[in-house]
Amino acid sequence: MSLKPVMTGRGLTKRYGRVTAMDGADFELFPGEVLGIIGDNGAGKSTLVKALCGAVQIDEGEVRLDGEPVNFKSPMDARDAGIETVYQNLALSPALSIADNMFLGREILKQGIAGSVFRMLDKKRMRDFARDKLTELGLMTVQSITQAVETLSGGQRQGVAVARAAAFATKFVIMDEPTAALGVKESRRVLELIQDVKARGMPIVLISHNMPHVFEVADRIHIHRLSRRHAVIRPKDFSMSDAVAIMTGALDPPDELALPEGAVLA
Amino acid sequence: MVENQGSPPRGPQDFEKVLEGSAAEVVSFETHDKSPLARFHHFLHANPTAAPVVVLVFGCIVFGLVANNFFSAFNLSLIIQQVTVIGILGAAQTLVILTAGIDLSVAAIMVLSYMVMARLAVQGDVPTILAVLIGLGIGLACGLFNGSLATRARLVPIAVAVLAWVLLLSLGLPLIYVVPIGMVAGLAIGWLGFGPAIDLRLPPFIVTLGAWSIFFALNLWYSESETIRSQDIDASAPLLKVFGLRVELLGAQFTLGSFLMVGIFIVLWYALNWTAWGRAVYAVGDDREAAELSGINTDRVLLSVYGTAGLLCALGGWAAIGRVGSASPQSFYEGNLDAITAVVIGGTSLFGGRGAIFGTLFGALIVGAFRSGLKLGGVDVLWQTFAVGLLIIVAVAMDQWIRRVSA
Repeated sequence: MSLKPVMTGRGLTKRYGRVTAMDGADFELFPGEVLGIIGDNGAGKSTLVKALCGAVQIDEGEVRLDGEPVNFKSPMDARDAGIETVYQNLALSPALSIADNMFLGREILKQGIAGSVFRMLDKKRMRDFARDKLTELGLMTVQSITQAVETLSGGQRQGVAVARAAAFATKFVIMDEPTAALGVKESRRVLELIQDVKARGMPIVLISHNMPHVFEVADRIHIHRLSRRHAVIRPKDFSMSDAVAIMTGALDPPDELALPEGAVLA
Repeated sequence: MVENQGSPPRGPQDFEKVLEGSAAEVVSFETHDKSPLARFHHFLHANPTAAPVVVLVFGCIVFGLVANNFFSAFNLSLIIQQVTVIGILGAAQTLVILTAGIDLSVAAIMVLSYMVMARLAVQGDVPTILAVLIGLGIGLACGLFNGSLATRARLVPIAVAVLAWVLLLSLGLPLIYVVPIGMVAGLAIGWLGFGPAIDLRLPPFIVTLGAWSIFFALNLWYSESETIRSQDIDASAPLLKVFGLRVELLGAQFTLGSFLMVGIFIVLWYALNWTAWGRAVYAVGDDREAAELSGINTDRVLLSVYGTAGLLCALGGWAAIGRVGSASPQSFYEGNLDAITAVVIGGTSLFGGRGAIFGTLFGALIVGAFRSGLKLGGVDVLWQTFAVGLLIIVAVAMDQWIRRVSA
């Protein structure tokens, strides 16, 4: 049985004036895996991720989703295609409620004339859906689905953002530094959340500077260096210090790219 | 470095092992008993209209005790009549302030709109209903002008308006028709939405400050600094004064303008609380970048907000003709500040994203009640103004305190 990538990037290049942020970078994400992305500051990993989620338009190269070439003009295009992103700043609206935030930009309207003519929101359905999704991920100890996001702690907000992404993604979820701003306990909870989301068969791209976290949850680790993909390793084959050494150029990368079992490059 | 070679750790890291003994619920609330003050704090945070309602009720009780005719049906209906125009301008201003912007040109848009309505209907032999529609179009055009400068500016509509003015004036058409035709032409061209757009995204404060001067100058140019007298309106276009008509209700007299104002608040309440557009307005004011990343077209939301505000100002202008009786280009010079006062006292945050539309109605009523109560109590006008100033500062202090709420 052959496993085909969910998303591939080939020869992705992005220039800002005379600065080349990405220079022929490649990328693959396979079904059901957590792909960690690590790299030094300025290695171009955020440019890579932005190119995948439509926030940056590439100058050269090709992005394919399920084998079909795609050209995202904005994060909205990527979202419509089933790619959800949990941004580092979470992109939540603090004064709005948890339910409002989950449905921001994709509200459900009521059936019939109330919805079609008066554009009336179906608040009950949205609340129920939000409550179900949070409960599924074991987050529904939050008192009320109608409370404002600004009254939540950092870990709780992250939970809401992850639940939103997991609820609406059909292809994969991108998480940008999900544990960067969190304490030890909250980080642990978010790592469990990542495992939960993965257990539902949803592939995840995890960008993080935190080696222990990446090594714990990632199935493969994409190492970015000098504006391109430098290596892809399996965390069980290398130590964290090896990974850091490859990332910084102190160690030569392995000859072969690590691929999931039975994987074929489309 | 100590690393476990070959088999990376799965599950908790070493330093996290101790967590097993610690409390497990991370994403839960500590439901310790809150002090009454903290409860009150939370209540105000969840109900932004609560504070103005309390102030209004408390103020009315005090004035009712001090001035015995405060609660007369006549006085209460007078207060509502007095706040009609400012209430409508405040409703428009609330929309803009909810997006973390401000519109300093609301009163200028209103005056320009009603001057167009009055001149066209009274001196221009245009059917009154058409004159009103053109006036509403002028308000919409002014609002969209502000909105486009605060987001993506299209130059074609502005160029069309100016070229139309020059061309029509050189053809000898009277000024009274030239100004509205040019602006409506610009509006129509803008509707088609072609031509290059520049991402200006200028700060609303500066844009609308400039727009205030521009609209005021346009208004003086168009009206030739001439007031349309009440008897002329009565003679040729009584429909302009429709919102000044009174109806008897429960022993008090209400103008149709008061009903228009309340109707506007109800429609806006619905739009802000029950439609996706309303959620988007709050989200844009709260955190524009987050709203954009959540898939909201923030430019379009802002443009719609400024356009709606302009249209509401023009509606307020129609009501103002009914309230004042005549149409003067020099009136409502303080309308901008009065509208902002109503919004702020009504508990809407100047920093955007927080507040409720009905707060502005209560804010306008508070100002009206304070002025009326102090007047009936025999207090000098200067102390009425003093009291309003005090209310503004207290309202802003309250907003800052309410924002600091924590779980």
